[in-house]
Amino acid sequence: MRNSIAIVLILVFGIFLFQTFGHYQTKTSLNKTALYYNTNTPDEVGAANVVTAIVVTYRGLDTLGEVTVLFLTAMIVGYILRQGGREKPKKNNTSEILITAANILIPGSIILGVYVFINGHLTPGGGFQGGAIIGTAISLMILADPLGTIQKAVLHLTESISGFFYVMIGLAGILWAGGFLDNRILSLGTLGDLFSAGAIPIIYSLIGLKVGTEISSILAYINETGNNTSKS
Amino acid sequence: METFKLIMLSTLALVMIISAVMAVLSKEMPLAILASGAISLLASIFFLVLASPDVAMTEAAIGAGLTTFLFFIILRKTDQNKNENEK
Amino acid sequence: MSLTIDKVALMLGIILMLIGLWGGFTQRNLLKIILSFGIFDTGLNILIVALGYLPGRTAPIIDGTVVTAANLASTAIDPVPQALVLTAIVIGFGTTALMLAYALKLNQHKKSLDINQFNDLKW
Repeated sequence: MRNSIAIVLILVFGIFLFQTFGHYQTKTSLNKTALYYNTNTPDEVGAANVVTAIVVTYRGLDTLGEVTVLFLTAMIVGYILRQGGREKPKKNNTSEILITAANILIPGSIILGVYVFINGHLTPGGGFQGGAIIGTAISLMILADPLGTIQKAVLHLTESISGFFYVMIGLAGILWAGGFLDNRILSLGTLGDLFSAGAIPIIYSLIGLKVGTEISSILAYINETGNNTSKS
Repeated sequence: METFKLIMLSTLALVMIISAVMAVLSKEMPLAILASGAISLLASIFFLVLASPDVAMTEAAIGAGLTTFLFFIILRKTDQNKNENEK
Repeated sequence: MSLTIDKVALMLGIILMLIGLWGGFTQRNLLKIILSFGIFDTGLNILIVALGYLPGRTAPIIDGTVVTAANLASTAIDPVPQALVLTAIVIGFGTTALMLAYALKLNQHKKSLDINQFNDLKW
């Protein structure tokens, strides 16, 4: 009964989707918004990566909202799972290969993550990709040493400082340039240099640190939660 | 070149649809989680052929790396709960 | 109707969304439901990126040889869907992590992952 209703609903949704996209013609020229972004990005923003320019400056307020949503997620996961208490550590029997490989790969992964978010305005990459790579380095740390604890005070301090300075740079844009999160507070430089595109490297580095530490704190809380079911 | 890309993408699309059906219908959880990780990895290749390297990097790091790892940690903790309860 | 790359991606995106919804409606295990929502998210992202593709053009990144600052408007594809999907993937991961944390707490209370056991709020 429940399965047949589900199949009927999905067929209706499928027919609706095929009707919407059935007459799709492959595009041959850009529409007006994309044309504006593609012609004016090297002059106005100075970044070589147009997607970075859109995410950080043209649509910077949406990125602020996304960073807020991630912050709320990390906070709620920490709050819910903290009430379970700590897990009692059992015997540690990870293999030697994993521990040796982790000792080499974890610093390399963190350096790769930092490289990706510093060069976000020149090559494909940016804050979110670099933060995810730092998150995978921390997950390797959790796998290699299940008994160890991760210092959450450092993670929370880094995250709070990054978020605070991100909003401060946005407000500095109101005082010294066009509007909120404008990147012309620093000079635009020449296209293709490391220190070009104004404040975009600084903004993306702060976003990368914030996203990386949030993902790491989510993983650390899920790993260390215990079994204590208290009535709260 | 265009027909080569088309054949490759059609094969990848077929593999992704089969993995999706396998992930929904299988009875063992590790197989379903690995199938969803494979879907994210093949979607990352799709994004690269569709000329979006930023999206491909993000999907590979988050979809194929972090989400699969998160599912396996939660699976281990819920299995520990179940075994502790049945003793 | 000639078959191009973005039409293949469009069909694949729609089929993955339907499979993900079907799994969300008919499965019983809580982790399987969360997995199906992940498949739905992936299908939706493929659909949105496929709508921004133009044949014969390349990625919107200036590298000095093929795409320069002068001919960006004639050799690059639409950059707006990529910016939207970048945000969507990261927020999809946040949503999945939150759902999994809730599933862990529910499992600790009721000792099972079957959603038919959680009928405290049913009338």
